[in-house]
Amino acid sequence: MAGFALNLAKPETQRSSTSSLIYDPKVRGVFYQVLTVALVALFVWMVTQNTINNLAKANIASGFDFLEGRAGFDIAQSLIPYSSDSTYGRALIVGLLNTLQVAFFGIITASILGFVVGIARLSKNWLIARLAQVYVEIFRNIPPLLVILFWYKGVISVLPQARDSIAMPLSSYLNNRGLFFPKAIWGDGAWMIGVALLVAIIASIVIFRWARKRQAATGQQFRSGWTAIGLIIGLPMLTFLVLGSPVTFDYPIAGRFNLTGGSTIGPEFISLYLALSFYTASFIAEIVRGGILAVPKGQTEAASALGIRPNVTTRLVIIPQAMRIIIPPLTSQFLNLTKNSSLAVAVGFADVVAVGGTMLNQTGQAVEIVALWLVIYLSLSVTTALFMNWFNAKMALVER
Amino acid sequence: MAVTDFSYVRQEMAGPKPAPSSEVGVVHWLRTNLFASVTDTIMTIAGLALLVYTLPGLIQWLFLDASWTGTDRSACATVSQGGVLPDGQSGACWAFVSAKFNQFIFGRYPSELYWRPLLVMVLFIALLIPMLMPKAPYKGWNALALFIVLPVVSFFLLGGGLGLEPVETQLWGGLMVTLILSFFGITVSLPFGILLALGRRSNLPVIKMLCVLFIEVIRGIPLITVLFMASVMLPLFLPDGWTFDKLLRALIGVSLFSSAYMAEVIRGGLQAMPKGQFEGADSLGLSYWQKMRLVILPQAIKLVIPGIVNTFIGLFKDTSLVYIIGMFDLLGIVTLNQSDANWSSPVTPITGYVFAGFVFWIFCFAMSRYSLFMERHLDTGHKR
Repeated sequence: MAGFALNLAKPETQRSSTSSLIYDPKVRGVFYQVLTVALVALFVWMVTQNTINNLAKANIASGFDFLEGRAGFDIAQSLIPYSSDSTYGRALIVGLLNTLQVAFFGIITASILGFVVGIARLSKNWLIARLAQVYVEIFRNIPPLLVILFWYKGVISVLPQARDSIAMPLSSYLNNRGLFFPKAIWGDGAWMIGVALLVAIIASIVIFRWARKRQAATGQQFRSGWTAIGLIIGLPMLTFLVLGSPVTFDYPIAGRFNLTGGSTIGPEFISLYLALSFYTASFIAEIVRGGILAVPKGQTEAASALGIRPNVTTRLVIIPQAMRIIIPPLTSQFLNLTKNSSLAVAVGFADVVAVGGTMLNQTGQAVEIVALWLVIYLSLSVTTALFMNWFNAKMALVER
Repeated sequence: MAVTDFSYVRQEMAGPKPAPSSEVGVVHWLRTNLFASVTDTIMTIAGLALLVYTLPGLIQWLFLDASWTGTDRSACATVSQGGVLPDGQSGACWAFVSAKFNQFIFGRYPSELYWRPLLVMVLFIALLIPMLMPKAPYKGWNALALFIVLPVVSFFLLGGGLGLEPVETQLWGGLMVTLILSFFGITVSLPFGILLALGRRSNLPVIKMLCVLFIEVIRGIPLITVLFMASVMLPLFLPDGWTFDKLLRALIGVSLFSSAYMAEVIRGGLQAMPKGQFEGADSLGLSYWQKMRLVILPQAIKLVIPGIVNTFIGLFKDTSLVYIIGMFDLLGIVTLNQSDANWSSPVTPITGYVFAGFVFWIFCFAMSRYSLFMERHLDTGHKR
């Protein structure tokens, strides 16, 4: 094949007339690429030139030095100590942590809700399947921003004021300033509980491995799931009791105008978190349903031919195979949720985009801040993608 | 040996017996679909409980206790809030929606010029319906009119010029802007997405790299940052004295964003094409563009129609984000009108959002149903 092509090409290059050069795909390819590079370079050069001119005219210094400056604005919800005297750089980190926080809780809730609804859509129970379908069709077809504003302006901001807070279970209160709940204050030796939890998790993993090895070797089963649950719940509980319950609660107390004490989750976080979870869950539900439907029926039939009970079939035959189909689109949903958390700016939750936007208004450093956004979101995407690829590779079919 | 002599052999087939009573009728349906097992029964009862708990209240709030007519907030507020409703009653404030309906549709477009957006809307519908019907003739001319002529005509009709009184885009708003943004986004993102997808599959390394870079960067960042870029950075990139309309900036942002997603959908279709199709086109002596236009793309696009429509739906929903950069699309105008002191009541915001959500939902749901219809229509039965 290659020799044939070479023979054909030789006489043409020898002729070396301009017309054959024009019709040579390789020459054409090089020409088009050079043209593209030239155009892109020209475009970039023009844009850079204009930007430099415009920035000089507006008296805006370029560079990232402004990150050292005093921020001068407050952030209501922050995971690390922050005040308006902190630097812009620290404000941005606060924003990033807030993004990660809402994405983390949103992903967990959306996954659980999505799996439940997705499986419910396949239920043989007509009512349950219809209810799940209604949920999916409603939330899939409404913009997430509308859902966020619905919760924020439609529901939470018209809740009673602080003095008539709605009392919730576990001595929490709900009002238009958010959810107030008791804060746990850990006493001496409380770190031992964490250690106990860690030990329990490690022990469970060891038991899982041992049980699987034993089952492969002897066929004997071991209730490793129940043992793990017992360990993970029991061991920290036991430590807690042995240490003499080293915890006190700081309860929120209703004052005249506000609740004091306890911890607060602001209305911005609640509305963003609820909206993103509900919205993404409807997509995850469809992915889960598609994944389960894509497992061939023969697998179920083969399992029942082997005498495996239906729920064991679901757990050990259907779900593991469905997971392989589910994971790649699930990854992109997780990324979507993380990216959609930038809608926080609409309700004033200080995520990385909202903080960046405030900085942009104060300093005018548009290019630098947009560059920071790009770097932050692209690295979040890459990190999630890498993790999910690793997970996917672990779950992938191992063929002989 | 006449067969008919055997009188003990039946001459006709026995009629079918009715199915056992446990296998037909309402009871059977209930048994298999709602009460098949103990777990099923528990779930059915839980589902029913959920319905009984939510539905009556929802109907009460949406319809029975709702205020339908009124000229200001007193129609929707209770006595203690300074209105006419008895205390404790809470219902949707549809009077707010009907009073502001024109704004929700046209934004702050001058009311004496409403005929212009209405005319555009009529033209749009008249051109769209035959476009959507697979059997309607003259698809090429129809597409030309819908995607090239209509945008130009509506640009002058809506914005003025050519003897028409000019209307600034700042006054445009409501559902009108939502539809303009999404229609423009769809019209631009499909050809752009195709080009980007072809570029990504190209043999030319430079073009491939540029396309991959564009697609992956745009897909990696949220739309909001793209819109911020379009609204804050575009003025910086332009030579001195040039200005861009705000609406145009949003259009550019939305189109760039959806092109990248469209490219990935189309790439899926291109990858699903068997290699033989490419080789067959090559062996016929078709040029690259002929090969793509006549052989590859018609098949590839058909394969990914659900994905394309999903991107359209996503784009339609994403247009609501322009509210954040200070434009008043449907969601924006609904939010803006809630701060109208004349209508402020605890139920006004939620009513506005229920209305806006319903409008968005209708459009998205219609699009998804249409994609299902097209999928079935185009299914040539060659799929595995």
